[in-house]
Amino acid sequence: MIMQDPPIVELNGVNKWYGDFHVLKDIGLEVARGEKVVVCGPSGSGKSTMIRCINRLEEHQSGCIVVDGVELGDDLKAIEAIRRRVGMVFQSFNLFPHLTVLENLTLAPIRVAGMTPAEAADTAMALLERVRIPDQAAKYPGQLSGGQQQRVAIARALCLKPKVMLFDEPTSALDPEMVGEVLDVMTALASEGMTMICVTHEMAFARAVADTMVFMDEGRVVEVAKPALFFDHPANERTRRFLGKIIGH
Amino acid sequence: MASLWSNLRFRGLLYQVLVVGAVVALGGWLVHNTLVNLAARGIATGLGFLGREAGFDISESVIAFSPSDTYARALLVGLLNTLVVSGLGIVSATVLGTLIGVARLSGNWLVGRLSTVYIESIRNVPLLLQLFVWYGVVTSLPVARLALHPLPGVFLSNRGLVIPGLDWSQGWLPILDIPHLAGFNFVGGLTLSPEFAALLAGLTVYTAAFIAEIVRAGILAVPKGQTEAALSLGLSRGQILRLVILPQALRVIVPPLTSQYLNIAKNSPLAIAIGYPDLVAVSNTAINQTGQAVEGVALVMVVFLGISLALSALMNWYNKRVALVTR
Amino acid sequence: MSRPLSWAKANLFGSPASSLLTVLTLALLWQVVPPLVDWALIGASWGAGDPERCRAAGGACWTLLTERHRLMLFGVYPYDQHWRPALAVALFIALLAISANRRCWKPWLGGAWALAVMIFAALMWGGVLGLAPVETSQWGGLPLTLVIAVLAIAVAFPFSILLALGRRSGLPAIRAVSVGYIELVRGVPLVSVLFMASVMFPLFLPEGMTIDKVLRALVGMTLFTAAYLAEAVRGGLQAIPRGQFEAADALGLGYWRSMRLIILPQALRLVIPPIVNQFITCFKDTSLVTIVGLYDLLAASKAALNDPAWRPYFVEGYLAAALVYFCFCFFMSRYSQWLERDLRQGNR
Ligand SMILES: Nc1ncnc2c1ncn2[C@@H]1O[C@H](COP(=O)(O)OP(=O)(O)OP(=O)(O)O)[C@@H](O)[C@H]1O
Ligand SMILES: [Mg+2]
Repeated sequence: MIMQDPPIVELNGVNKWYGDFHVLKDIGLEVARGEKVVVCGPSGSGKSTMIRCINRLEEHQSGCIVVDGVELGDDLKAIEAIRRRVGMVFQSFNLFPHLTVLENLTLAPIRVAGMTPAEAADTAMALLERVRIPDQAAKYPGQLSGGQQQRVAIARALCLKPKVMLFDEPTSALDPEMVGEVLDVMTALASEGMTMICVTHEMAFARAVADTMVFMDEGRVVEVAKPALFFDHPANERTRRFLGKIIGH
Repeated sequence: MASLWSNLRFRGLLYQVLVVGAVVALGGWLVHNTLVNLAARGIATGLGFLGREAGFDISESVIAFSPSDTYARALLVGLLNTLVVSGLGIVSATVLGTLIGVARLSGNWLVGRLSTVYIESIRNVPLLLQLFVWYGVVTSLPVARLALHPLPGVFLSNRGLVIPGLDWSQGWLPILDIPHLAGFNFVGGLTLSPEFAALLAGLTVYTAAFIAEIVRAGILAVPKGQTEAALSLGLSRGQILRLVILPQALRVIVPPLTSQYLNIAKNSPLAIAIGYPDLVAVSNTAINQTGQAVEGVALVMVVFLGISLALSALMNWYNKRVALVTR
Repeated sequence: MSRPLSWAKANLFGSPASSLLTVLTLALLWQVVPPLVDWALIGASWGAGDPERCRAAGGACWTLLTERHRLMLFGVYPYDQHWRPALAVALFIALLAISANRRCWKPWLGGAWALAVMIFAALMWGGVLGLAPVETSQWGGLPLTLVIAVLAIAVAFPFSILLALGRRSGLPAIRAVSVGYIELVRGVPLVSVLFMASVMFPLFLPEGMTIDKVLRALVGMTLFTAAYLAEAVRGGLQAIPRGQFEAADALGLGYWRSMRLIILPQALRLVIPPIVNQFITCFKDTSLVTIVGLYDLLAASKAALNDPAWRPYFVEGYLAAALVYFCFCFFMSRYSQWLERDLRQGNR
């Protein structure tokens, strides 16, 4: 009997509180290898909190999160292992301003994965080619445009050869003319088969790239559907209202 | 075992236990050594000495004190002296510092330059050195008979500074008590000893330089638009400063000002170098007589911690009020 | 109207009040400056001589400095060996000047300082290379002031980083220990800490172990400075955006590596000006070791005035000592202001 591939990311009954405030309510989500998931929902619905739980930037209080067969808990080894397999891209880039672009990219491979500096530099240059800014390697993040910084951040997240990439609104801090270049890089990444979980309100990108749409509201996953169904025939009233608002204008 | 070591919570707990353990062990070791050393030298421990007769006199005191009083009372005299000099120092340094800070910002070039020279030359020289100079100046003043007499009722001599005081002894309306020279000394008025005068002058002049900078920064922090708006309302420069700028600047000024006030209190023990009997000086005398250094130093530290906490609590309360009013 | 005139009109006589202030200030200066010049220059006695000469001249007694400057600068260090502390001081000053240059902020600078401290110790202590040994009880003056200030800051610095990290740690017991230490030390006067160091340290140690007087003061200054420095470092840590911590975490760097590679390099750059300011404070504060009986620059100057014949000229003596302190502190504070602006402008 052939077993179906187990999901690479699995959230089961995940709950999280900030003090009394119940941010995540019974979240369940399965992401298969190579699947592209786009998460959307109104502000404050817990999207960031959810994907930040996946690499333990936030701690969940109940339920279980399994990434690539490793369960997240209090075990530091497990956390380390998961963080090496999960890359993350932030809304505000969070590049290290005191390091050059190249140093930003080689830091983790050298310090965490134990690569030699030469190896790490080769990998980094290859990644910079992929995000189309090899000529900026020697510059400092402060000298780059927002779009370039975000592409460096994507390259940095890729430098440990992660199996899953998390994106938390990667384009919403960018000037409109730079959004395209970042989305292009993400689309290319998707076409290479990377597993991606992406919080974004770029609906055209979602429609083109996503395998699955997830809609969150008030800490719950309200709707999970294929994009075609999700955009054209949303099942849930709240999804419909939300889509109406953001696509309406 | 390995999995326990990699457990986040266990590791956090372990770090805490290690640190607290190390602190406790260090403390225990020090206490043990101290006890052994004290026993070897035959020095008593505990606060029992506070009730015993001090046997030394204190040159100046705001409450009655004689050598037959207890150590506790001697320390109280020291504490009161510390509080008096710190309190007066806070008031005078605030006044002087504010004046100089405002002067430095005044449109007048000459006054601004002089303030800058004052600030730079005072704050870059150690307070203790300045105290030595002040003390030298005060003690090399002429004898009482030839006292300087700059203002009516004010005499400067090597006996210190004599100023008019208030006499409350004739019922409840005070009479102005103006000092005059009688023989080799002064009668009436308030006498500030040379040590007190030097310490107060030193603390005031030194701290005022820092307060001036704080005041200046606070005033500069008020946006220029505020002055322009006030000018367009027809307010005068003085009114603008008093009614518009200062109330807003205070919010910026109060926190660093608090730490300057604390600094005055914490600098007042330099008194010991010129012989003013403040808390530290008195406790040092007590330590020399009883050998109970641990208790003496600890008492002083506790008192200063108390003063620090009280002052910062007061300032926090004031800070809140200032912040509320402006909202 | 000519340039100077319009300048004076704007800056000295801008309003009636300003004019009055100018006139009053000029009157005051007229009262003060001529006698001062008379005292300091015209009526002063210069060059070698005895107190008698100063009394005859009537003005400032700069003769005091000619006669006594070596005592003020080097204290009771053996007179014929004064070239050693002089060389030691020159070494420190040269290294301070080199450290002010941002291009020299490289790892070798730390090594250079360590080497300088060793050379300093060798010069001052002697006992090697045929130098006559000199007890620390004979050390004094400017070298003592400098070495206490430099070592106190240098030793307090790593300690203060640990304290600052502890204060921002998520582990409550560690936070409590750090906060307790920092607030305790900041709440008490330095004089008390120095007294504790000089009176209580001998009691703290096991029987038979003694601790050098200079070392005691140095430990006291270090413990004191560390608490203030820790607050400066904490200010820097607080200024680092949360995203930097998160990005480091997301890369799996772990606590110590993310502190060492990401957070501290950024935070410490921010706190260099406050650290320089703390160094200035520390430099001035070393004068307090006078109170626990060490012969630093201030105490040595005071001792130089102990001779009753010279005592009337204390103002000249203290002025000279003040000038030494002023030169160090003024230039360092100017440097710190410049550095702050420079660091803020250049993103790098
Ligand atoms: N550290 C925190 N402490 C307390 N509440 C928090 C904290 N972080 C987030 N929250 C709250 O949790 C809720 C979910 O936050 P989250 O950032 O996950 O929302 P989001 O869906 O990503 O919204 P947005 O689209 O604005 O980014 C919000 O109401 C927020 O106020
Ligand atoms: Mg968000």
